[in-house]
Amino acid sequence: MKMNGHHPEDAHETVIETQNLTKRYGDLVAVKGLNLKVKRGEIFGLLGPNGAGKTTTILMLLGLTEPTGGSARVLGHDPTREVLEVKGLVGYMPEDVGYYEDLTGRENLMYTADLNGLPRQEAAARVERLLSQVGLAEVADKRVEHYSHGMRQRLGLADVLVKDPEIIILDEPTQGIDPQGAQDLLKFIVRLSRERQMTVLISSHLLDQMQRICDRVAIFVRGEVIAEGPIDTLGRQIMRGESLVVEVEVAARDGGTRSSREIVESLQDLPGVQKVEPSGGNHFLVHCSVDVRDRIATQLVEKGLSLTHLRLRGYGLTDIYMRYFRGGESDG
Amino acid sequence: MVERFSSPSQKDAKGISKWIPQVEEWFSPLVSGPGLRAVFRKELADHFNSRRFLILATIVAVTGLAAIYVAAVNIRQEVRETAESGFVFLRLFTASGGSLPPFTSFMGFLGPLVGLALGFDAINGERVRGTLSRLVAQPIHRDSIINGKFLASICIIALMIFALGFIVAGLGLRLIGIPPTGEEVLRILAYLGLSVVYVAFWLALSLLFSVVFRQTATSALAAIATWLFVVIFVGLLAGLIADAVVPVGSDAGAEELLRHERLHQALGRLSPTILYDEATTVLLQPQVRTLGPVLLSQIEWAVPGPLPFGQSLLLIWPHLTGLVAATLVCFAASYVLFMRHEIRAS
Repeated sequence: MKMNGHHPEDAHETVIETQNLTKRYGDLVAVKGLNLKVKRGEIFGLLGPNGAGKTTTILMLLGLTEPTGGSARVLGHDPTREVLEVKGLVGYMPEDVGYYEDLTGRENLMYTADLNGLPRQEAAARVERLLSQVGLAEVADKRVEHYSHGMRQRLGLADVLVKDPEIIILDEPTQGIDPQGAQDLLKFIVRLSRERQMTVLISSHLLDQMQRICDRVAIFVRGEVIAEGPIDTLGRQIMRGESLVVEVEVAARDGGTRSSREIVESLQDLPGVQKVEPSGGNHFLVHCSVDVRDRIATQLVEKGLSLTHLRLRGYGLTDIYMRYFRGGESDG
Repeated sequence: MVERFSSPSQKDAKGISKWIPQVEEWFSPLVSGPGLRAVFRKELADHFNSRRFLILATIVAVTGLAAIYVAAVNIRQEVRETAESGFVFLRLFTASGGSLPPFTSFMGFLGPLVGLALGFDAINGERVRGTLSRLVAQPIHRDSIINGKFLASICIIALMIFALGFIVAGLGLRLIGIPPTGEEVLRILAYLGLSVVYVAFWLALSLLFSVVFRQTATSALAAIATWLFVVIFVGLLAGLIADAVVPVGSDAGAEELLRHERLHQALGRLSPTILYDEATTVLLQPQVRTLGPVLLSQIEWAVPGPLPFGQSLLLIWPHLTGLVAATLVCFAASYVLFMRHEIRAS
C-alpha cells in the first residue's frame, strides 16, 4: 500500500524535536504540550481537522510564532532564537500559497533565490532545473496569473526547494487540486524523500493521501496529539482494549426467506465473536476479540449466502478520524 | 515581459527598466544585508514596471511641464516690460500664468498622491496575495521586508522629483534664457529635497495604513480620505477653531488680532501640507522674510531685500524637522506593528 520504503525504526538522526510545546491565544489553547520527534528522511504527517493546531505547530517550528511554553529544536537550532538558521534549512509551503501574479513563475522563484542569497548564476541554473522537475518548464516564462491551481501548487514545491532545504514543511499541499494532480504531487514528494533523504513534514486532513505516503503520522485533535506512529500500528494503539468490529453485508436472496435472525445466530457461535448486531437490511456488525473475517466468510458461504461486503473496522485512518474528529469539529 | 531577475545582461530589457541595475548601484550603500537588498531590488523593479506609478509620474510631469511653460511665457513678457531680474529663475516655479497654477502647487497637490500610491498596498497587498507567509519563511530578518519596501519607494520618489525638477529647470532655462545664479540652484535643490521629504511623509502614512488595514481597498480609501482632509480641511478647521477660541470683532485690538493669527497659524501647522507650503514659499521666494504676522513697527526701519539662502533655510528648519519627524513617526509605527503581527495564512 505504501509507496515509501523506509523503515523509521532505523536509528536515524532526529531532526525535529519538540518538548511540551504549547501555544495559547488568550483562553484558547491552540497546541497543548506537544512532544514530537521526526527523524531524517522521514515523511511525517500531521493529521487533523481544520483548527486542530497543525498550522500553529508548523509556525512554531519555523519561528514565525513564539510558543507560550515548551521548546522545539529543528536541526539542532532553537526556532525562536536562531530564526535565520532554521529558515535557511527549512523550506515552508504555506496553505493557499500565493505568488506575485504579474511576475512569471521563473521570476517568482528567482526572487526566492535572491532572498536566500544565492548567486545569480547558480540561482538561474537551479531554478531552471526545479521548474523542469515539477513539470513547469514550458510555462516558466508565463505570468503566474495564468497558472492553474495545480500548477501553483507545483510551483510552490519548486519554490520550497530553491533554498536546497534539509527539511520541507508542506501545509495542505494537495488541497483543492484534482486527484491526478494530487497523485503526481505526492509521488514527487515521496521521490524527494527517498532520493535526497529529505525530511518531509506534511500537514493535511486528507487521510487516504497521507495513508499512502507517510512513514509516520501524528493525529491532532483540539491541539493535542491523540496518537502518533506508523499508520498500521496506529489503529491498534487507539483502539487498544476495545473489541474489533467487522462490517458484514449479504446479498438479499430467495425473496428474503432467510431472516436476519438466522444469520445472527449462525455468526454468534463462531469462536472469537462476542456479539452480532443487525444494523438494518442485510447489514450486520460483528463485535469480536480477534480478526474473524475469514471465519465469517467461510461460515456464510457454507450457509449458501453470498457475501457482498466484509470490512474490519478500526484499523484504517478513516475510522480513527471519524471517531475522534467528529467531536473535534462539533466543538469548533 | 521584462526579465527582471534572471538575466544579468538584461538583454531584452526595454524602456525604463534597463536602468534598474544602475539605480541599484547608486543606492547600494543604503541597503546592506542580503535580505534587505533582495527586497529593495524587487520593489524597485516592481515600481518601475507598475502602471500605477508610471501613470501618476506622467501626470505630475505633464502638469509640471505645462505650468513651467506658461510661467516662462509670462516671465518673458514681464522681464521685457519691467527689466526687473531678481530671482527670475525661481519665479519659474512659483509664478502662475493665467489659468494654470504654478509648478509648486501641482507638486504640493499631486506629490502626496504619488507617495500614497506607492505605499498603500505594500504590506496588506502581500498578505492578500498570500506571498507574505512565503516571504517571512525565507532566511531574512522580518524588518528587511518593510525597510526594503520603504527605502525602495523613497528612492523612486527622490528619483522622480529630482529628475522632474531638472527637466523643468532645463526647459525653463531654454525658454527664458536667463541662467540661474548659484543661490538659485541651491534653493531649487533644497526645494526638491523638501518635496522628497514631504512625499515620503505620505508614503510612510500609507505604509502605516497598509499594515493596519487588512484590505488594500480600505487602506487606499483611508489614505485618500486623510489626504483630502489634510489638504483641504485642516486649513479651514484651523480658521474656525481660531475664530471660536479668540473671537475678533471689527473693533479688536492689535494684541487680540495677533493672538488670533498666532493660534490660527499654530493649528494650521499641524498639517504637513501647510508646513510644506510655508517652507516652499520661503525657499523659492527669498523676499519672504518671516512667516508669522508682522507689525508695522517691525518693518519700519527694515531694509527691504531678499534673505540669503542660509537665513531662509534657518527660517524653515523647524518645518523640515517637523516633516521628517512626522515621516519617521509614521514609519516607526508601521515598523512596530508589522514586527508584532502574527503571520498566518488564514
